[in-house]
Amino acid sequence: MSSQHHRHHHAHPPTYQNSAAFYDVDGTLIKTNIVNSFAYYVQRQPSLTKSAIDTVRTVASVPVFWLADKLSRKWFNEIFYQSYEGWSEDRLIVLADELFEDVIKPNIYPRAKDLIAQSKRTGRKQVLLSGALDFTMTRLAEYLDVDVLIANKLEFVNGYATGKLCKPFVAGATKADIMRDYARKNNIDLTESYAYSDSFSDYPMLAAVGHPTACNPDFRLRSTARSYDWPVLDLDEHTDRDPARRPNGLGPEKRPRQIRRHS
Amino acid sequence: MRSIRPKTRASNRENIVTIDTDSAPRIMFSGENFRLEDLPVGTRVIYPKRPMSPVANPKAAIRYALNNPEGMDPLHALLKPGMKVTIAIDDISMPLPVMRTPDVRQMVLEIVCEMLADHGVDDVHLIIALALHRRMTDAEIKRMVGTKIWNEFAPDRLYNHDACDPDGMVVLGRTRHGELVEVNKRAAESDLVIYCNLNFVPMNGGHKSMGVGLCGYESLKAHHTPKGIVDSNSFMDPPKSHLSHSFGRQGSLIEQHLKVFHIETVLNNRTFDGPLSFLMKNEDDFTESDRLKFQGMKWALDKMPFAARREIFMRTPGAYELIGCWAGACEPVHEKTLAKSYEQYSVEVDGQCDILITGIPYISPYNVNSKALNPLLVQVMAQGYYYHMYRGQPLVRDGGVMIITHPCSDKFDPVHHPSYIEFFNRILPETRDSYTMEKKYQDEFAYNPSYVEMYRRGNAYHGAHPFYMWYWGQRGREKLSRVIVVGADNATVPALLGWETASSMAEAIAMAQGTMGRSAQITMMHHPPIVIADVV
Repeated sequence: MSSQHHRHHHAHPPTYQNSAAFYDVDGTLIKTNIVNSFAYYVQRQPSLTKSAIDTVRTVASVPVFWLADKLSRKWFNEIFYQSYEGWSEDRLIVLADELFEDVIKPNIYPRAKDLIAQSKRTGRKQVLLSGALDFTMTRLAEYLDVDVLIANKLEFVNGYATGKLCKPFVAGATKADIMRDYARKNNIDLTESYAYSDSFSDYPMLAAVGHPTACNPDFRLRSTARSYDWPVLDLDEHTDRDPARRPNGLGPEKRPRQIRRHS
Repeated sequence: MRSIRPKTRASNRENIVTIDTDSAPRIMFSGENFRLEDLPVGTRVIYPKRPMSPVANPKAAIRYALNNPEGMDPLHALLKPGMKVTIAIDDISMPLPVMRTPDVRQMVLEIVCEMLADHGVDDVHLIIALALHRRMTDAEIKRMVGTKIWNEFAPDRLYNHDACDPDGMVVLGRTRHGELVEVNKRAAESDLVIYCNLNFVPMNGGHKSMGVGLCGYESLKAHHTPKGIVDSNSFMDPPKSHLSHSFGRQGSLIEQHLKVFHIETVLNNRTFDGPLSFLMKNEDDFTESDRLKFQGMKWALDKMPFAARREIFMRTPGAYELIGCWAGACEPVHEKTLAKSYEQYSVEVDGQCDILITGIPYISPYNVNSKALNPLLVQVMAQGYYYHMYRGQPLVRDGGVMIITHPCSDKFDPVHHPSYIEFFNRILPETRDSYTMEKKYQDEFAYNPSYVEMYRRGNAYHGAHPFYMWYWGQRGREKLSRVIVVGADNATVPALLGWETASSMAEAIAMAQGTMGRSAQITMMHHPPIVIADVV
């Protein structure tokens, strides 16, 4: 049968205009986190010596970052973003494109784009809500075709970073406040909305909506999701290993093998 | 193993036993365990027919069917080198439990694929026609199709159907009743589709194979409605089933666009054999050995944790055997399939009953290898399938009472049934009215991006599936006056389902007699294996 005999379209889903889908980014849609982004920047310092020194300093700071993150996401942000002090805004923005191509894009969970596309087809506003810096997320937001990006903003004075974040910090319970604020301003019903995160630290964000989903969750969030009967999604599955994608020719080229009759 | 096969019941009448004062108590499934219940004198117990003798050489029977088809040229005559062929295969929802290897689908596929290769047909895809069921895992597919087919085709050319793939479905049009017909794109673009069916109950096969197996959600919405279910009298009687009529219209439209060669197989009802063969017998015919085996098994099951009991049952495959295979055009093939299926499953029963008793086992078409038979599936087994196991008139009369045995535990498999959990905890407490649910919530679940993703890439049933499970029980819900559960481990689940509980079978029967009168006719259906009552 020739394909032109068929009408190649599919049935249209209903649309939900007053609903939104909020996504945490690091760990939820991409495998990397803000420390990876910072490490990328320090490795690309103009001077090799400075690059090496900053790299060593960043590595040495990892235990401090880890501890701060365990204690409070707010403390972590305050300590971590001090590392950006003195960086030029132009340079950070220029490197952000390379950061996306080299670090972020290869680390997007394979199923993340489909999840967002599916949600977008139903007319929901797509909102990225990230604790990362806005200029590192812009290209990702474009690539994932989301409607709104809400991320942390670094404070710049005379074109140089002060090492402080503009308030409000996008983290923890503040994410839920930002969502409520966004919903109020855009006539969004949160009980009809969706939220996706990988971390228990985003519990307030998940609890703020009617349809929370744990994505690639950490142990604590997985337990919580099971207790509350929230769906648990694993976006970390390579499409090229996914048989469902085969019919569209996304799989690797392979010469068809045939069953032969036994002699 | 012949010697321990059950004693046969030679005539149809011997499939119906009337309880007397010295009758043995009856074994009933109650989830992953059994109950042994004394039933009142005069109760009719309807047993399945004995398993029909299998075809002596299944492969020869399949080859014969392919070479001598009904209403079409033989398969080899339809093949041309270089043509594009898609083979659609029924999924793991049948038979129940899964059959011993080799699965009959493996036998069919090995013969068909060999024939395709011999005729220079290289562009072959095998698609598991699961509609909105969960994706089968690699291990499950491999077990079903066999190593040879798996090694040749997986994963590139052997995969699960994806009803939510925006690029993988095409709309063929609408039937004269306005039903949308959407099918898998690969199948739609093939020069020939071969449908490999396994017919377990008369509801399946025929136009349902293509009309449902490879369809999309919007297509399924046309007939999986509360009204469609209520108008199906019954699922097992296609001429009187609204569902079947709708499948027929959709299937006919598909066959106007695509050339489909149907291969249908019918299995006998040898669900249990070997150490479990006593479950196929009339309890009055039990030997001492059977009694000991049952008591030993019951003792062990009582001591085991739930997960272990479930694992034991799930790992015990059915001993089904092929009793018929036909191939060719949809309708003439299905006519033969149905005739053979009824020959195996239907038992003639005189008159309706007022009170119907049946045990609910651990398995349904939708929880193979799942962690539990969740409450919605208990409901679909009771008011859906077991209520509908009749032709002619319903076995239990309108306004009658159904008594079931099951623990009704609040257990769900979060991987296979995530949308069921939300349905059960959010929708059911608000309404049990199928029509309201359909209008208000079904699309929301169906297009929930998380559920869509879990269906497409995980192993979850589609978001709309719990609604269909609820609608599936709609006719039973409307026609029965009460459903009473014996052996429930909680009162909440039965209450949410709209059921009552009783602590013992005697209490349940007394409650039912309170509605139906002390002279109410009581009938027990001795499932499984499956039995369909031809009520005259």
